Amino acid sequence: MNLADRTSLLEPLLDRGTRDPENLALVFVGEEGLAQRITWGRLLEEASGYGFALQEAGVAREDLVILVMDHSPELIYAFWGALLAGIVPTIFPYLTEKLDPALYRGRVHKLVEQAQARLVVTFPAFQPSLATLLADLDCRVVSLQELESSREQPDPHGWPPPRAEQPAFVQYSSGTTGLQKGVVLSHRAILNNVSAIGQAVEIRGDDVVVSWLPLHHDMGLITGLMLPVLAGIPSVLLSPFQWVRDPKTLLQAIQDYRGTVSWMPNFAFNHCANSIRERDLSGLDLSRWRVLINAGEPVRLDSLRLFAGRFGPCGFRESALGAGYGMAEITGAVSITPIGRPPRVDWVQLRRLQEARRAEPAAAEQPGSTPLVSSGRLLAGVEVRIVDPAGGLLPERQIGEILVRSNSMLSGYRQRLDLTRAASREGWHATGDLGYLAEGDLFVTGRLNDLIITGGRNFFPEDLEAIASRVHGIRPGRAVAFGVEDAALGTEIIVLVCELREEVLPADRLAVERELRRRVAQELDVTLGAIRFVEKGWVIKTPSGKVARSANRDKFQRLTAAEAGAGAGPDASQVSRL
Amino acid sequence: MTKAEVQRRLRDYILKDLIRNPSYPLADDEALIKGGLLDSLDMARLAVFVEAEFGVYLPDSDLTVQAMNTLEQMADQVLKRAAP
Repeated sequence: MNLADRTSLLEPLLDRGTRDPENLALVFVGEEGLAQRITWGRLLEEASGYGFALQEAGVAREDLVILVMDHSPELIYAFWGALLAGIVPTIFPYLTEKLDPALYRGRVHKLVEQAQARLVVTFPAFQPSLATLLADLDCRVVSLQELESSREQPDPHGWPPPRAEQPAFVQYSSGTTGLQKGVVLSHRAILNNVSAIGQAVEIRGDDVVVSWLPLHHDMGLITGLMLPVLAGIPSVLLSPFQWVRDPKTLLQAIQDYRGTVSWMPNFAFNHCANSIRERDLSGLDLSRWRVLINAGEPVRLDSLRLFAGRFGPCGFRESALGAGYGMAEITGAVSITPIGRPPRVDWVQLRRLQEARRAEPAAAEQPGSTPLVSSGRLLAGVEVRIVDPAGGLLPERQIGEILVRSNSMLSGYRQRLDLTRAASREGWHATGDLGYLAEGDLFVTGRLNDLIITGGRNFFPEDLEAIASRVHGIRPGRAVAFGVEDAALGTEIIVLVCELREEVLPADRLAVERELRRRVAQELDVTLGAIRFVEKGWVIKTPSGKVARSANRDKFQRLTAAEAGAGAGPDASQVSRL
Repeated sequence: MTKAEVQRRLRDYILKDLIRNPSYPLADDEALIKGGLLDSLDMARLAVFVEAEFGVYLPDSDLTVQAMNTLEQMADQVLKRAAP
């Protein structure tokens, strides 16, 4: 797969849609499991119709349109329609049943205002309330129905082709809830990275991508939608909501649609292994699955082993397993395991790792050694540097911040020159991730900041601590949030340690706990792994008065280990969720 | 199988394996999903448990806030699906 001769994302779609209209472009599987088959001709036709309607709605070329929509074929049509018309789309995750609708609408408002979007497209049910809320901004809110009624069928080849350096779409990457970081990506950047990903996993004409990842997520958008369309191969897009409730849908899709290539975060390997019934495996054939990349959160050796062990009897080959590392700022991927062999595992001395930040080789499976899974080799067009806090280059096997430079970098953060500058080191993107290089492999070992990654989603401790500080009974500014590794789930769980006000009676603690948990679910749509109430003065602060998260995490883990050791349970490493 | 019995076994599983705090005073009508105690991953695991424990298949369309937000609702759902 080589996209070097392309100048925009549109050429491959226009080619396929015109020359190959009857062949399958994608299978869309909705939340109820119903599958819709969409041909290249249909995809191009629908997209052109939406492109026309978006223009009719008053959006000019290079304006931003925000698609506030969940998993649906219309989302895909509107996204490609915007691209055809030279409009810059971005996808905002849709309201879930847990989130507080008022808070959620407030976030959309903030995004529209900050990003200076000209149009929001959403479902009819959501349109009136959103239009009222956005009335003070120069931004229209249209429902899908309105768009559809103004559709006409223009010649898809009639739009002026975009310049390669023109912004194609914006990808919102993780920031605290108050800080929206819109990564602006050009056609050229996306073509370069998708081309490199395709080469790394050796995409062939008979490949079929299967994905359950949400399209508002960079990994979902790039691997589930961009890669297949640009490579001209079919993709099967499952509903993330259905997959999480019934993970066997992924394996079934692999079998039913002859799926060969997928990406998903580490927790999903555990979820598949833990939550699929034995009887659902009988007769299942996974032998065509040739690439399954683990990316989006730290890759754990146990999760890979668990998955391979559970699904090996169904024909799943361990050699299909791979690992990857990437970020929206580089379009998608920085590195991927060379295909056909499992990721390299580097056994290193735990003490040297912790104390000297050095990955010193050690004997495998021995006490005192720990396995780190390689995130693979750098993709074509990507360079990596490992640096110390002063920016000095570090040698092999020394851990430092990962800087990335590539031909697929962001053009900048939308309307945030300050953030663009802050993340740039003379042309290199400062990732905030820690890692090291060894014999050509990139290993990612942690984060510079205290970001919590759970279930492939990023959470900032500041957001969790702010929610806790607003709960009646908790001492403001005396709450600390951090992630704790959970081997069974294959991800981190979120722990909140809070000092209680002295007037809270023991009988009222449960009410405080329930309120805290409910608010976190409503504001961030995430379940807390553990809440721990502590006495006044427990939470450690830095001399400047900030919460010292890693020191508090160590203190919490010593406490729980001591309690477990005192007879609370057989497994000292197991953390209760409450 | 009485509702009380189903509820007891569900409670034991939820406290021990999902929430992992056997002493949590979980109320029968406490909002498990909306209250932030269980997420969708937990619901998938719960469905596997229900099938192993009660021989009852809960389709994924059952695993929603509307149908399964409380212990009581869960027990009702299990009994409903168990009915011949």
